Amino acid sequence: MADLISDKTIEYVGILAKLELTGQEKEQAKKDMGRMLDYIEIMNRLDTKNIEPMTHVFPLRNVFREDVVANSDESEKMLENAPECQNNMFAVPRTFEA
Amino acid sequence: MEKQYETVIGLEVHVELATKTKIFCACSTAFGGEPNTHTCPVCTGMPGALPVLNRQVVEYAAAVGMALNCRIAQECRFDRKNYFYPDNPQNYQISQLYLPICRDGYVEIQVQGDERMKTITKKIRIHEIHMEEDAGKLIHDEWGDCSLVDYNRSGVPLIEIVSEPDMRSAQEVIAYLEELRLIIRYLGASDCRLQEGSMRADVNLSVREAGQEAFGTRTEMKNLNSFSAISHAIAGERQRQIDLLEAGEQVVQETRRWDDEKKESFPMRSKEDAQDYRYFPDPDLAMVSMDQEWLEKIREGQPELPSQKRKRYRKEFDIPVYDIQILTGSRRMAEIFEETVALGAQPKKVSNWLMVETMRILKEKEMEPEHIGFSPAHLTKLIKMTEERVINSSVAKEVFETMFESDIDPEQYVEEKGLKTVNDEGALRKTVGEIIAANPKSVEDYRGGKEKAIGFLVGQTMKAMRGKADPAAVNSLLKELLQSGNNG
Repeated sequence: MADLISDKTIEYVGILAKLELTGQEKEQAKKDMGRMLDYIEIMNRLDTKNIEPMTHVFPLRNVFREDVVANSDESEKMLENAPECQNNMFAVPRTFEA
Repeated sequence: MEKQYETVIGLEVHVELATKTKIFCACSTAFGGEPNTHTCPVCTGMPGALPVLNRQVVEYAAAVGMALNCRIAQECRFDRKNYFYPDNPQNYQISQLYLPICRDGYVEIQVQGDERMKTITKKIRIHEIHMEEDAGKLIHDEWGDCSLVDYNRSGVPLIEIVSEPDMRSAQEVIAYLEELRLIIRYLGASDCRLQEGSMRADVNLSVREAGQEAFGTRTEMKNLNSFSAISHAIAGERQRQIDLLEAGEQVVQETRRWDDEKKESFPMRSKEDAQDYRYFPDPDLAMVSMDQEWLEKIREGQPELPSQKRKRYRKEFDIPVYDIQILTGSRRMAEIFEETVALGAQPKKVSNWLMVETMRILKEKEMEPEHIGFSPAHLTKLIKMTEERVINSSVAKEVFETMFESDIDPEQYVEEKGLKTVNDEGALRKTVGEIIAANPKSVEDYRGGKEKAIGFLVGQTMKAMRGKADPAAVNSLLKELLQSGNNG
């Protein structure tokens, strides 16, 4: 298995994903990510000379909606999904504007 | 010798499109609803919800791109920009990174050239325009320990117009923004109000020594919601960067927030916050392809654009360049001008009514030209009546105010209210005689050489005639009588 994932990378990916990992979890994550890279390594070895580049996973084009309002006020239902709410708004841990 | 520095500026301008619904769901975009009343599973980022693209967003974006001389991509696609912030419920913003809808355009602006007073045309190149969704609004509770989120704005369609670093001063930046706003308003694609946030500009700025070719390190400034804030921010950031360089330090590439009250900018993100958006194609949304037929249809729907209009006015109408600038400053204003002229009124006279009285009332009432309600036919009549001296100019202004309010027919109104100028010389002569008799002090002053004293007498006569005299006729009659009195 490729040993490409450094401690620094795991640290960085953790920051991006807002995850705090224990030492053991970090080791596990390194292994998992290493396996993903191994898989990509297999694809890199394949001959893709005559394969068209893919721009999208689905061969669909132009799926549109017309510009007509069809939703009504469902704020009550929406707010049921909020862990906490206040004044008809989603309450979240305080964020500070810099 | 002191070093000379050049400022290099590029802009990222976000514009909220004037669609009725959001970009990926059928929720209303109406401004000012109660919190979260315009939301659904899509725009609150519920797992499993499927976004479907609003066709009108694509058409507006392409229309703006065409008006800004861009190439419109035959194929474009949406990508996910990943970051965590509570105003972004999906933890990614749907945007376009790899294949934006428009590329390589330009806007022409008028700027002051080297020789004073002479304006030159400068091209500001557009790097790209992409479509994306707006975020929700965060409200910070002053006392509590939480922030509250209203997702009504979440998913409102935006286009981001990215310029090349072609601007060199605040003056050029504002000229660019004004032209951009004018074009987009002509297209009806947005109302582009900076204060209300339907147009937002982020300023990318760097400085370099004059004559140097390589760019300096740039910063990006946000939170600029007026032209004056933009000007201040440019001056402030330019000086901050020059001071750093002069002190032998380096400019750090970062995003800064301009505080227009303190006239100072502050870094927005701490160093621990990684800026890595890990963009990837959004698999929920299909590719958009625009064929020639569709593009042609959008092109046919384009109105005459401000720059084309200005060019045509210079050729067709004998009015000053300044007037042209003001008249074409709104599509509605230009329409009224053209229709009134077409009905036979003289262009300069129409222009005067629009530029002076109309602009004054609009300003007084804090209205936009788009809401002007009087009809060109009535303005034509009013102009004709003043030309034929049926009413004098102050009565005309009065009539105009009423016309602006409720689009009355000026002929009928003047008739009903008895506002016609009294052209009966006998009556005028009688009144002037009475005024002279009643104001011996002013008469004496005038005869003693104070020519200005006649103004008072004209005013008194106009008042006595209840405004319905021709001031020029009153003036000459007064002179005649005063002089004959002197001789006699």
